[in-house]
Amino acid sequence: MLGKLGWSVIPFDQPIPLLVGAVVLVVILGVIAWVIVAGHLPYLWREWITSVDHKRIGVMYTLLAMVMLLRGFSDAIMMRAQQAIAYHSNGYLPPEHFNQIFSAHGTIMIFFVGMPFVIGLMNLVVPLQLGVRDVAFPTLNSVGFWLTATGALLVNISLVVGEFARTGWLPYPPLSELTYSPGVGVDYYLWSLEISGVGTLVAGINLVTTVLKLRTKGMTYLRMPMFCWTTLASNLLIVAAFPILTATLAMLILDRYFGFHFFTNEAGGNVMMFMNLIWAWGHPEVYILVLPAFGIFSEVVSTFSCKPLFGYRSMVLATMAICLISFMVWLHHFFTMGAGPDVNAIFGIASMIIAVPTGVKIYNWLFTMYGGRIRFATPMMWSIGFMVTFIIGGLTGVLVAVPPADFLLHNSLFLVAHFHNVIIGGVLFGAFAGYNYWFPKAFGFRLHEGLGKAAFWFWLSGFYLAFMPLYALGFLGMTRRMQHYDVAQWRPWLIAAAFGAMLILIGIIFQVAQLIVSIRRRAELRDRTGDPWDGRSLEWATASPPPVFNFAISPNVTGEDAYWAIKAHAKQQDLEKREPDYVDIEMPRNSPTGFVCAFFATVMGFALIWHIWWMVAVGGVGAFATFVAFAWRDHDEYVIPAAEVARIDRAIIAERRALLGLAGSP
Amino acid sequence: MNILDPQGPIAAADKTILIDSIAIMLAIVLPTIVAIFAFAFWFRQSNPRAVYRPDWAYSGRIELVVWSIPALTIILLGGVAWIGSHQLDPAARVEGTGSPVRVQVVSLDWKWLFIYPDQRIATINALTVPVGAPLKLELTSASVMNVFFVPQLGSMIYTMNGMITPLNLRADQVGNYQGLSAHFSGDGFPDMLFDVHVISPLAFPDWVANTARSDQVLNRDSYNKLAQQSIGATKTSYRLEDPELFGKIAAQQIPPGPGPQLTTNPAKPAAGVGNAR
Repeated sequence: MLGKLGWSVIPFDQPIPLLVGAVVLVVILGVIAWVIVAGHLPYLWREWITSVDHKRIGVMYTLLAMVMLLRGFSDAIMMRAQQAIAYHSNGYLPPEHFNQIFSAHGTIMIFFVGMPFVIGLMNLVVPLQLGVRDVAFPTLNSVGFWLTATGALLVNISLVVGEFARTGWLPYPPLSELTYSPGVGVDYYLWSLEISGVGTLVAGINLVTTVLKLRTKGMTYLRMPMFCWTTLASNLLIVAAFPILTATLAMLILDRYFGFHFFTNEAGGNVMMFMNLIWAWGHPEVYILVLPAFGIFSEVVSTFSCKPLFGYRSMVLATMAICLISFMVWLHHFFTMGAGPDVNAIFGIASMIIAVPTGVKIYNWLFTMYGGRIRFATPMMWSIGFMVTFIIGGLTGVLVAVPPADFLLHNSLFLVAHFHNVIIGGVLFGAFAGYNYWFPKAFGFRLHEGLGKAAFWFWLSGFYLAFMPLYALGFLGMTRRMQHYDVAQWRPWLIAAAFGAMLILIGIIFQVAQLIVSIRRRAELRDRTGDPWDGRSLEWATASPPPVFNFAISPNVTGEDAYWAIKAHAKQQDLEKREPDYVDIEMPRNSPTGFVCAFFATVMGFALIWHIWWMVAVGGVGAFATFVAFAWRDHDEYVIPAAEVARIDRAIIAERRALLGLAGSP
Repeated sequence: MNILDPQGPIAAADKTILIDSIAIMLAIVLPTIVAIFAFAFWFRQSNPRAVYRPDWAYSGRIELVVWSIPALTIILLGGVAWIGSHQLDPAARVEGTGSPVRVQVVSLDWKWLFIYPDQRIATINALTVPVGAPLKLELTSASVMNVFFVPQLGSMIYTMNGMITPLNLRADQVGNYQGLSAHFSGDGFPDMLFDVHVISPLAFPDWVANTARSDQVLNRDSYNKLAQQSIGATKTSYRLEDPELFGKIAAQQIPPGPGPQLTTNPAKPAAGVGNAR
């Protein structure tokens, strides 16, 4: 009846996950109870859960990422504490627990922090920057988000029901095969990524289509803001790479569930095929994450230097070059497999070639600052912190692309330090810059600057204290994923790294405080102009937060930095006094399809993990029926009458006029 | 364990390439970092002496330079990578004094088995080699993947079941070094340590003769016992009964090692071994 499920799967003998699980459960139930008792449920259902508005979905993606960041970071701090303690001892985490933690940390940080953070920001901003009213497939967008949330939920259920994978964030066979990992941990990993992978793929298809097909008048490709270009490149990579991940994990599923032999030791299975396939997805994945961050830095550096981006066409070329080359370098993840000198050298050189367009980007941001009037607002702080940090990460990255150097550093803590250096220093700093930069656009008030800067300084110093020692440990021969060790030389560095993690924790506390304080003081932080940073691209042309239709009148673009040009133009001719001709606007209707689909997907995923076959059927049929019901809909749009559009737009313009009048000259 | 303190020619050459590559890159990285701080400081909004160029966004010369600097660096480093990959190919022979010593390495859950087919001996978690002699290692795995790594001797390499990876090394200083697995392989992974004893060529035959007197014999039966999962193996020595044992493991004539034993006993096995929920 319940497959492998029983009371024995709940780890009553392990106080840490049980306690954490209980606290999380109480918090979740408390929030749900509060929502229902306070009567917010209809509002949440109407305005958020069933919303197909790209801005709302973008916000929900970002919120998911930030909540999961807390989970992933708790894993990190537990690992740092374990390694600081476990010298000549077993520490406080037994191997089976420690191994789950580092596997969950990597999985969560990449799939449920990095991905939703960048997809959320792209969702929020790209249609606004393109001057359009929504993404290409609004309901699909909602499905994509809720399937991602399903994956995150399944990973977290594994905390208290059963176990998570003990194989690392990429489950290399044969360790991940049924012979060596008979528990449900690997199954949790596989099904949560299969389900969330579908969500990511539809998000990618949606954003590629949006950039290619939905641009406002005059928004030619070479007038798009840089963030739209990096969005295009990143989502092209999603569309090309995520099916590889889905297929590879499906093969492992066939091995584990049906006794296939894709990657087993026996019967001609080939583990090297898994490594090739998983990295054929895995390396593009790195660029899927970092390209949008590059786009954010391009917007931020240009805006806060009060200058156009230096070498725009060069940047476009560099972005697309990275997009293409990132598919040709996967083998550098296993130089030490013995592929032979020609293969190793060619992939090593291909990997280094990516450093050329990346280096060009750094120099172009540098020359964007040259001749500028730099305002050191929080997003700009993150950007400068990124530039310096990312160069160091790039250096160490090119170093491990040299095969003989990699022969000493592969799988060591040097490698761990390197990829945290580029993922924290690149992706996460970019996400935080974007969060501080676009928050006023999403909510209509700015985030507190002082607390934002405090968070930045603690994150930055914490990052250096946590990861520079790991570089040193790599030189001292320490490999990753050690539950305990006996080498005295390693210990001081590991203790220093643990203190670094504590500094990052303080940074995170400041970020939480920043959000709370900003919400409480939203009246004084209110952004009435819609353009708090003196921005250059079209998202700043509309109100903060934008009306549901984004733009009352589709903007007409005549060059790069569209809004900058409009502002310059308006100042000369005072065009804002002329009333435009408002027309009816059709917008997509809300739909519970995404939420209901994801509900059934969660049921099916959980049932598959625990071999509860009747429940698998319920989930599968339910998800399919939801899709069919959606496909048979009669009305998918509603009309906002011209008079209503005019009323909203006049209010926005009146507010701006009042502000300009108060400020004197425009 | 320090890779910056190499004790053999491979480790020394790996290290030289590592240091050279860092130096080549620092030559452009350091000025760039300085420029970031300098530009950010000078062009701050509050600096009245900085010239504001609100529309300056293109310079063909600067574009040429910013594409050239990383490209030239990468061309140089690419040469280093190409030559280094070929010179330091793990499969390439290493010169040395004395006759080469063949060692066949099997990674087991969770210990290392070193087979000396020519000497007809085998050891667990201890690798003894003569100083200066070329070491011809062949590696495979009994079960999951591992990486054989002696940081001070250089060049790590994967062990995989059903496959043989070659590795050539040489140790140039008498002494004791530490080896380890550099690829996560399960619960016993952190204990997959082995000692490397580099002894004089004169002492090596004595050590072989001593080891060959062991009352333990390595054959298919004793190997199958070894292939069971265990943590903290003792450093046992064996007489090698079957010199073809390694070939049989690699060719899977001996089936791969078993995973965790599914116990019916709900109590935890000692030392967290084979926790099978």
